[in-house]
Amino acid sequence: MRKPWSFTVALLGALALVAAACAEEEAPPTSPGAQPGATPTFGPLGGVVIGPGEPIKIAVFEAISGDVASLGTDQVRGVEIAIDDLGGQLLGHPLEIAGPFDDLCNAEGGTTGAQRIVADETIVAVVGTSCSGAAVPAMEILSEAGYSMVSGSNTSPILTSAGGEEGVAHKPGYFRTAHNDEIQGRAAATFAFQELGVRKAATINDGDPYTQGLTAGFEAPFKEMGGEIVVSTAISKGDTDMRPVLTEIAAAGAELIFFPIFQPEADFIVKQAKEIEGLENTALMGADGLLSDTFIEPIPEVHDTPPGPNGTERGMYFSGPASPDTPGYREFVEKYRQKYGEDPIQAFHAHAYDAFMLIVEAIKKVAVDVQGTLYIDRQALRDAIGQTSGHQGLTGTLTCDQFGDCADPKIQIFQATPDRKTLPEVKENVLFEYEPQA
Amino acid sequence: MAQLARVGARRAVQLPLLDGFVWLVRVAALLAVVWGSYRSLTSGRLTPGQWRDLVVIGLSQGAVYALIALGYTMVYGVLRFINFAHGEVFMTGTMAAFFVADALSRTGLWTDQVWIPLLAMLGVAVLTSTLVAVLLERVAYRPLRGKPRLIPFITAIGASFFLQYAFAGLFGVDVKNFPPVALFEGKLDFFGFRFLKTQLLVIGSALLMMGFLYAFVEKTKTGKAIRAVAEDQEIARLMGIDVDRTIALVFAIGGAMAGAAGFLWSQHFGQVSFRTGFLPGIKAFTAAVLGGIGNIPGAMIGGVVLGLVESVSPSLILIGLGIPAAHQLKDVVAFLALVLVLIFRPMGILGERLAEERA
Repeated sequence: MRKPWSFTVALLGALALVAAACAEEEAPPTSPGAQPGATPTFGPLGGVVIGPGEPIKIAVFEAISGDVASLGTDQVRGVEIAIDDLGGQLLGHPLEIAGPFDDLCNAEGGTTGAQRIVADETIVAVVGTSCSGAAVPAMEILSEAGYSMVSGSNTSPILTSAGGEEGVAHKPGYFRTAHNDEIQGRAAATFAFQELGVRKAATINDGDPYTQGLTAGFEAPFKEMGGEIVVSTAISKGDTDMRPVLTEIAAAGAELIFFPIFQPEADFIVKQAKEIEGLENTALMGADGLLSDTFIEPIPEVHDTPPGPNGTERGMYFSGPASPDTPGYREFVEKYRQKYGEDPIQAFHAHAYDAFMLIVEAIKKVAVDVQGTLYIDRQALRDAIGQTSGHQGLTGTLTCDQFGDCADPKIQIFQATPDRKTLPEVKENVLFEYEPQA
Repeated sequence: MAQLARVGARRAVQLPLLDGFVWLVRVAALLAVVWGSYRSLTSGRLTPGQWRDLVVIGLSQGAVYALIALGYTMVYGVLRFINFAHGEVFMTGTMAAFFVADALSRTGLWTDQVWIPLLAMLGVAVLTSTLVAVLLERVAYRPLRGKPRLIPFITAIGASFFLQYAFAGLFGVDVKNFPPVALFEGKLDFFGFRFLKTQLLVIGSALLMMGFLYAFVEKTKTGKAIRAVAEDQEIARLMGIDVDRTIALVFAIGGAMAGAAGFLWSQHFGQVSFRTGFLPGIKAFTAAVLGGIGNIPGAMIGGVVLGLVESVSPSLILIGLGIPAAHQLKDVVAFLALVLVLIFRPMGILGERLAEERA
C-alpha cells in the first residue's frame, strides 16, 4: 500500500508546481516606479518592461563563424551602424545588441541560438538569422515564445509564402527585408527562357531550404513560360563526384543547368561538367550563394562554360540581388568604410540595417512610457512590424505583406566571362534586371 | 534438463522467425534491384556509352576508396582496432601535395617537365601521410596498447578531430584548388570504354600499388612478420619478431597508401580542404568492411564495389524504381549496400580471413 500513497503525494506536488507556474504567468507586469493603476497589461504573448535607464535589448542572431562568417559579420556591422545612426538611444533608453548569437548556418545553430534568446526575457526582438536553414527551427521556438524576428538575408519561400500560399515553415512573428527566392527563381527563369532561349533546363539543389526554394522558384515559372524541366534532382552536401548526376543530365539533353548551391559542391559541378560528353553546349547558372570571390576568382572553369542557345560570350551566369541605389545607401557605405576599414564584405548589410530599423519604428509605435519605464507588448510589436508600409529604407521602400515579406526586391543576372574574372567585374556585367510588378 | 528443453523450444520458435525475416529482406532487395535495373535499362534513358561512362566513374572512385581502405584493414588485421583518424592521414597527404603543386605551378617546370612536379607531389604526399600515420601510432595508440579496445577507439576519434582542426587552424578553412595539369586533359578509348586520362591514372596506379602491396605482404620476410603479428602477437613475439616495429610498419604502409590516394585525389577532384578526409575516410572504412575487414584483397574489392554502387546504382536502380532526386541518395545507397552485403555474407565479400583462420 505504500506505493499508491507516495504516488498521490508526488501527483499533488506536481499539480501544485503547475498551479504555481500558471499563477506566475497570469500576474500583471509590475515595476517599482509605476503607479499601480497606470500599469498597462500585456496581451497573450506577454511583454517586456524596461525600467528607467535600462537598455532596450535587441538580439542579433547571424552566422558569424565557419565558411559563411562573412555573411553574418556583414549584417552585424549593418546593425551596429544603425545604432550609431540613432545615436545609441531610443525613447530615452540606450539601445543594446544582445549577442551576437551564432546561427551556424544550420538547423542545430538555429535551435540553440533561439533557446538562448528566449531564456533572456529582456530581449525585445531579434534581427536574424542569416541562413534560411537556421530560421526554420529558430522560428518554431521564437514564435511560440512570443518573439518577433526580422531577417536581412533569409530568402527561402517556405519561411513566408510560395505561390501566394502560406509557406510550410511560416510562423507568426517572422519578417524579412531580403527578397523571397520565388522572385530570384522567376528572374533566373525569365532570363534563361527569354534572353538565352533555353527550352530544356535541369536543376540541382542540395536539400537545404535555400537551394530547394530557389530550384522550385525557377521550375514553376519556367514551365509556365513553356519550357521543360528535363531533370530536377539533388545532390547531398559533401559529395565530390558529380559525374554520375551530370551524365544523367547530359542524357536528358538539358541546355542549361541551374544549380543554386554552395561551395565546395558547386566547384565540382563546374570542374566536372566539361568532362562529360553531351554537355559541350550546356550553359551553367548559379545564384547569389555562389557570387563570392572564393568561387569566381580561383576556379578557371567558371569563366569558360558554354554560352546558352542565344548567348554570345562564354562563362557562367549568376542571379543575385541588385546593389541598393538609394542616396542613403551611398552614405551608409561611406560610414561602413570609415568604421571597419574595408568595403562591405557581402550583399546583405543594408538589409540588416533595414531589418533593425523596422523593429525600431515598431517599438516607437507601441511602447508605452509610464514615468520613464517602457512597456512593450509582444503581440502589439509583432502587429506593428507587420503593418509596416512605405518605410523608406536603404534597400528601397519597404511594405510588409501578410506573410512577412517586407522587401523591395530587384534581381539582376550577372555573367563571368573570359575577360571578367573578379567579383566586382562580374557584378558590373549585368545582363538582365528583374523587378516584380507591384 | 527441463530448463534446457525450454531454451531449446524458444530457440526453435525464434530462429525460423528471424531467418524468415532475413530471407524476406534478401528477396525484397533482390526484387528491387532486378526490377529497377530492368526498368532503367529498357527505358533507353542513357545510351550504352553513358552506362559505360558510369562504370568507369565508379571504378576510378572505387580505386581511391580501395587505397584508403587498405590502411583501415591492415591496422585492423594486426590490432583489431579501427583507426578512425585514417581519413585525416589521407587529407594531410593531399594538403601537402597541394602546397608542392602551388609552389611549382609558378615555375617553368609545370609546363615543360610536368613529370617532375607530379613526382614531387606524389613523394611529398606519401612522406607526409606516412609520417603522420607513424606519429599517430607512436603518440596516440602505442601508449594504450593492451588497454580495452574502446579506449584507443575513442583516442582515434579525438586524433581525427585534432588533425582536422589543426590543419584548419594552420592552413585556413578555405577550399584549395590544384592547378590543372595539361598532360592529363583529354580522353582515351579502350574497348568502347571512354576514360579520362585522370581516370586511367587513378585506376592504373591504384592497381599497381595494390599489386606491390600484395606481393610485399605475401612474398617477403617482413610481410611474413606482419602476417604473424596479425595472427597472434604473443606467439610472434616468442618467435623473435619485433612486434612494436612491425605494428609501426603497418601504420607506415597504410599511411603511404593513403598519401598515394591523396595524390590521385588531387588529380581526380582538383581540390582539398581540411574536411576532405572525413567522407572518403568513412567510405573507405565501409569498403573495408564490405570486402571483409582485415583482408587485404577484400579491401581492394570492397573499394571497387562501393565505388561502382555509388556511381551506377542511383541511375540504374533508384531512377528505375521512380525515386525522385536519386543522386542525393548516393550515400544512403552505399551504406545500404553494406547492410545488404552483411545480410547475405556477414563476414564481407571475401570474408574476415584472419577470424576464419582463428576459428
